[in-house]
Amino acid sequence: MSSAELITLSAADLAERLASGEVSSVEVTRAHLDRIADVDGDVHAFLHVSDHALEVADDIDRRRSAGERLGPVAGVPLAIKDVLVTTDMPSTSGSRILEGYLSPFDATVVARSRAAGLVPLGKTNMDEFAMGSSTEHSAYGPTRNPWDLTRIPGGSGGGSAAAVAAYEAPLALGSDTGGSIRQPAHVTGTVGVKPTYGGVSRYGAIALASSLDQVGPVTRTVLDAGLLHDVIGGHDHHDSTSLTDAWPSFAEAAREGARGDVLKGLRIGVVKELPDSGFQPGVSASFHAALTALEAHGAQIVEISAPHFEYGVAAYYLILPAEASSNLAKFDSVRFGMRVTPHAGATVEEVMAATRDAGFGDEVKRRIILGTYALSAGYYDAYYGSAQKVRTLIQRDFADAFAAVDVIATPSAPTTAFRLGEKIDDPLQMYLNDVTTIPANLAGVPGISIPSGLADDDGLPVGIQFLAPAREDARLYRVGAALEALLVDAWGGPLLARAPKLGEVR
Amino acid sequence: MAKDTLMDFDEALELFEPVLGFEVHVELNTRTKMFSSAPNSFGREPNTDLAPVDLGLPGSLPVVNEQAVRFSISLGLALGCSIAPSSRFARKNYFYPDLGKNYQISQYDEPIAFDGEVEVELADGTTVRVPIERAHMEEDAGKLTHVGGATGRIQGAEYSLVDYNRAGVPLVEIVTRPIFGAEHRAPEIAKTYVQTIRDIVLSLGISDARMERGNLRCDANVSLRPRGQEKLGTRTETKNVNSMRSVERAVRYEIQRQAAILAAGGTITQETRHWHEDTGRTSPGRPKSDADDYRYFPEPDLLPVVPDPALIEQLRAELPEPPPARRRRLKAGWGFTDLEFQDVANGGILAEVEATIAAGATPAAARKWWTGEIARVANAQGREASDLVSPTDVAAVQALVDAGTLTDKLARQVLEGVIAGEGTPQEVVDARGLAVVSDDGALIAAIDEALAAQPDVLEKIRDGKVQAAGAIIGAVMKAMRGQADAARVRELILERASA
Amino acid sequence: MSEFTPDLVRHLGVLSRIQLSDDEVQRLTGQLDAIVDNIAKVSRVATADVPATSHPIPLQNVYRPDEVRDTLTAAQALQNAPDADGSRFRVTAILGEEQ
Ligand SMILES: [Mg+2]
Ligand SMILES: [Zn+2]
Repeated sequence: MSSAELITLSAADLAERLASGEVSSVEVTRAHLDRIADVDGDVHAFLHVSDHALEVADDIDRRRSAGERLGPVAGVPLAIKDVLVTTDMPSTSGSRILEGYLSPFDATVVARSRAAGLVPLGKTNMDEFAMGSSTEHSAYGPTRNPWDLTRIPGGSGGGSAAAVAAYEAPLALGSDTGGSIRQPAHVTGTVGVKPTYGGVSRYGAIALASSLDQVGPVTRTVLDAGLLHDVIGGHDHHDSTSLTDAWPSFAEAAREGARGDVLKGLRIGVVKELPDSGFQPGVSASFHAALTALEAHGAQIVEISAPHFEYGVAAYYLILPAEASSNLAKFDSVRFGMRVTPHAGATVEEVMAATRDAGFGDEVKRRIILGTYALSAGYYDAYYGSAQKVRTLIQRDFADAFAAVDVIATPSAPTTAFRLGEKIDDPLQMYLNDVTTIPANLAGVPGISIPSGLADDDGLPVGIQFLAPAREDARLYRVGAALEALLVDAWGGPLLARAPKLGEVR
Repeated sequence: MAKDTLMDFDEALELFEPVLGFEVHVELNTRTKMFSSAPNSFGREPNTDLAPVDLGLPGSLPVVNEQAVRFSISLGLALGCSIAPSSRFARKNYFYPDLGKNYQISQYDEPIAFDGEVEVELADGTTVRVPIERAHMEEDAGKLTHVGGATGRIQGAEYSLVDYNRAGVPLVEIVTRPIFGAEHRAPEIAKTYVQTIRDIVLSLGISDARMERGNLRCDANVSLRPRGQEKLGTRTETKNVNSMRSVERAVRYEIQRQAAILAAGGTITQETRHWHEDTGRTSPGRPKSDADDYRYFPEPDLLPVVPDPALIEQLRAELPEPPPARRRRLKAGWGFTDLEFQDVANGGILAEVEATIAAGATPAAARKWWTGEIARVANAQGREASDLVSPTDVAAVQALVDAGTLTDKLARQVLEGVIAGEGTPQEVVDARGLAVVSDDGALIAAIDEALAAQPDVLEKIRDGKVQAAGAIIGAVMKAMRGQADAARVRELILERASA
Repeated sequence: MSEFTPDLVRHLGVLSRIQLSDDEVQRLTGQLDAIVDNIAKVSRVATADVPATSHPIPLQNVYRPDEVRDTLTAAQALQNAPDADGSRFRVTAILGEEQ
């Protein structure tokens, strides 16, 4: 099988061929490394490419041929968002302040991926400390959308989404604080899942906002997301907020969805407070077409009310900066990271302040200052305290909605990929981009984004988001896989097959 | 450092009423830290007892130590507090290089224990009730060493070194309400309060409570208000007071210093002050400012502590008796006179004497050592008696005396060696060669030599003037460099004389 | 409606240990003013009867047994240190000459 074919296979297909011995992990890994070498100069999905991925792959091959029983995805390559710490590759979280940082421990999701035999290819680009929706806030330069290299790949996990969309990796890990997995999936024609808060360990994920952050899979198919979720999920005693639930297999849920008739009688809620007027026409059209397809296969579309969603962005941009201002205080030049000494004889306070000025980008500083403000004496009740109450109200909206419907559907984001630089100087506009994804993080419920098609106004990918009650991640895999099967069938192949070929028209 | 003007203590008390308040930090003696599974230890090589969260490493997360929660509940109960049905952790945000995360995880608006009272028994037997506002769980910070400059102090240092071993060690901070009516006894109440907290945590077995190691640290708040005034005066918070004697002295000093300022028409600056053991003075630290905006918010990485009522009741049932009751019981059990008992109780060595007795010494012997030789050395060195030597070592020394291996005089030398860190009593005996010479052959040789040198004495003894043997005993003891049992020597002299 | 001023931004910079340049202070003042105007609306619906939610999924009493594990070696602890004396992290003077 040729390299070009190998890189377009799903992780599930690769896993099957690896298990049967048709291909080796070294071949698969080399194919992806070659692809990275070919296209990443344009895409810039990776901040670091592993120099020992082939050794790891070789080890998997050797263990397999020695008869060892390996996990279902052993030997499949994996891209890792740079927010996750790794012992064998630098972890920068897209920031200058952590350039070259080597963690003495692996993030739990990374450790579990290694144990499952996944082969880490490298670390993917992201908005600095995951603050952003475009990956333009990376200290190491933006990632470009494989569909149109002049456009953003979404953010903060633009690197992971672009890597899977550009066939540089079949699987990637992301993190989603306000949409950083789902919104990049939307703009790159890929699949992204934000699990239930606590469903996947945050240990080793460089914290942005502790009560919102969640690690999840970034893939090209729903089944692949389920396979990766099965590897990384489950209780971890290192993370106090990690749930002890016994989770079902999400890969199994995806297979069930793709096979069966889960859509029959499924009640899908559509939020009336998210009117079409708030979305790009091409996004709305794609969303409604998907709903029509779902309805045609037995689903019931129910209008629901979530009156407090409109306060979600505001609450989010208080809670996130507040928690981030505290989480990012550790970057002070004392124990790790960059140190800038402004002048001889500078006090430690001056060194810290100079380092943080030089080491943090504009967006990070903006949010730290905003969060410091929201928490400071005299403002706490009006801002942080109120935002936490909004969180309660949004949870109630979800509870009311899920009393009437099985899942909620929204467009994954208001617009298709915008152009690099288009919103960089207007932080408020950038923030409003997260309106559909934020409620899930505030409430802790799981969400998935899968491609719903191309916008008829600009030909760029659009995603549809499904939300389920907390702990009902499996429902998302069933519904997502069912719709995916319908659409791929209708399209005559995956959406990504329609993306322009990279590395040819240079 | 400019010298403060002080007012005579009695005069100060005539003009002003002192109001006290204390924040005592107790380091718990759990095996691991408050939020990390690194060892909670003391005196190890720098930066060797760390887990990722102690350094605030990217990606690290805290997890609460269950034992620390149980210890905190026990302490709360022993302080007469209510245990909160639900309490939670918060982040106290401020930048300081000894703080790995640049926030301290502490409890803020929802402490685990609140509204208690501690009965403090003064030297004259009267009791004072100290109201406890709250006791909350938090983590300790790392240790800074200031290098360069003349004094080793933070001022003028060239650079500082940070050891994070202590970072994350579990603390309970006990905060009193303002204490009124202390009057002339304010310094004594201060000292006795800290002593009582120490007795309590030792009786619970939840802390080593060694003040010189910082296991127990006291911040003393002092304010004065003119007689007849309702409104409280501005307070100072004196930190770094790490012995009970110092707590007493620091409170006395602050009363005298503040009185002098107020009487001269000045105002007290609200500030933290540092206690200097060497000079017996306090000096200003950082003034309170609006930079003290700690931006507390609920710790999102941790969850509420909601103790099972059954656990609280179990821990309540397991509480040791309160120190005042214990004092009454011990006093009766040991058969000490009032004076003897006060000597022990006021010396802050009740627990030590009790432990020494538990380790096998008689009450009289235990009291003798702790109020005698050990207290003398403690005084001379300006340290706490309890910090010098362990009760088991004291009991071991007494056992050696009882076995005839040591005389009292030798025993004092052994104790001195133990205090100097030369090892266990037996090791000191061996190393210094201090054991009584129990080899009769050697003693007889020395006796015969002494008798031969003083034939007149030999005659007297033979004539029945037995008391004359004293001269020979003295000569023999001298020859044996004191390492002989005088009673045995006397026995042998009489034996030889009648031979 | 919000009250962002350059002085407030500078003060927040001190609290958060970021040495902001005058340019940055100016830019942030305007941006934060606009942002806060937009997000201050949370207080409209956050009435007294609504409890605050600090954790999206409520859990309680999550504890760790008091056992040693996951410790770092001194070399690991110091491996990323910008400056150290071999066993301890080194920082510049904590107090300036003037203080
Ligand atoms: Mg305090
Ligand atoms: Zn404290």
